[in-house]
Amino acid sequence: MAVVEYQSPTSVEEAISFLTSSPHAAKVLAGGTDLIIQSKGKYDEPLTVVDIKGIASMVDAELTDDGLKLGPAMSCARLTARDDIKAVYPGLVEAAYLIGSTQVQGRASVGGNLCNSSPAGDTGPALIANRAICVIQGPNGTREVPVEEFTTGVGQNVLEKGDILVQLKFPRPAARTSDAYLRFIPRTEMDIAVAGAGVSITLDGDGTCTDARVGIGAVAPTALLVDAAAQALIGTKLDDAALAAAAQAATDASSPITDRRGTIEYRRHVVGVLVKRAALIAAERAKGA
Amino acid sequence: MKTHVTTTINGEEVEFLCEPHETLLDALRNHVGLTGTKEGCGSGDCGACSVTVDGELVCSCLVLAPEAEGKSIGTIEGIADHDKLHVIQEKFLEHAALQCGICTPGLIVSTKALLEENPNPTEEEARYYLAGNLCRCTGYDKIIRAVLDAAETMKGAA
Repeated sequence: MAVVEYQSPTSVEEAISFLTSSPHAAKVLAGGTDLIIQSKGKYDEPLTVVDIKGIASMVDAELTDDGLKLGPAMSCARLTARDDIKAVYPGLVEAAYLIGSTQVQGRASVGGNLCNSSPAGDTGPALIANRAICVIQGPNGTREVPVEEFTTGVGQNVLEKGDILVQLKFPRPAARTSDAYLRFIPRTEMDIAVAGAGVSITLDGDGTCTDARVGIGAVAPTALLVDAAAQALIGTKLDDAALAAAAQAATDASSPITDRRGTIEYRRHVVGVLVKRAALIAAERAKGA
Repeated sequence: MKTHVTTTINGEEVEFLCEPHETLLDALRNHVGLTGTKEGCGSGDCGACSVTVDGELVCSCLVLAPEAEGKSIGTIEGIADHDKLHVIQEKFLEHAALQCGICTPGLIVSTKALLEENPNPTEEEARYYLAGNLCRCTGYDKIIRAVLDAAETMKGAA
């Protein structure tokens, strides 16, 4: 791809019209940390980029009693600076904080991470744990897709020609609910997940888990919602047996590949460990939520 | 087709023409003549091309040049006050925090952004913040000493 045309619309409708009317391939430009690299060096196919950051709703975030409406192109740097959002969705902000360097976070966005649809994307498991809904606007109107159904394969998702992810909607977590995201990388900073896990936990007054959501990443072609892991936690006090069962459920749900970051066996084991640890962190946070 | 871009660089209004596929790094170096910003990897991994765009620290190799329209860009050329070096630059010299120097402009721009956001960083915070600025010569120790010394000095001056 070679960028031959740059457009900076000021409304979603205008952006959709640029995407549908382009005579060649057209892509949405959010932070560009994936797209600009993909467009470099391979000059075989012309590309129009439609920069959506000039549309206010794409880069803003609104936190209310009903939940969070996140502009998908808001930079991770801006998101992680929002203490109000971090207080309610700490695991989501943790995931955004793990994407690349300070410089990359200045550009990269949660929506871009999701739309790039890499199996190792850090936001996928955290979005799943937080019950995110993808609001998609296209030439034929607006539709909503639960985030666990958004990504359909490696680099593939439900977006069709002219579609734009215009909002990520999160319900306000119930009382005594919180979340956590953990990923494993072989170094301390700036690497791609070997495995990742996002867990949301709801506790009742005596510390029994009454609701849970578990998302795992980098261990299958897409991030996965693992209902069996959540069911293993619900109704328990997150004792060792329940945590072991949740870890096993995550291991069983995974179908990773072997690559230079880790083997199949290693990833299947580590994703279970991450689910266990993330559940304990989320539960600790839920006590104060 | 060339795109006409009007932007502000280090406080001055600048106009340039660019191809839509060119990056902000290309524009700075080839169209504006500001060659202090260096190209390392060209893929957002090394931080040599760090600049600020509307105050946000970014890799200029991952910004398309047309995106600079109407923005305010900060580069290494805007750090010193004419011929008077910034404290951060002085501390990099004092601590010999550079060898070949290719990473230095990016590190100084990033350090300035760090100290504006967090004037009193711990060593760990400084190392995490600057993790996207790779140096293949120094081993980072002198760089981190320079950064923390600059923070101390700037606090004293404030």
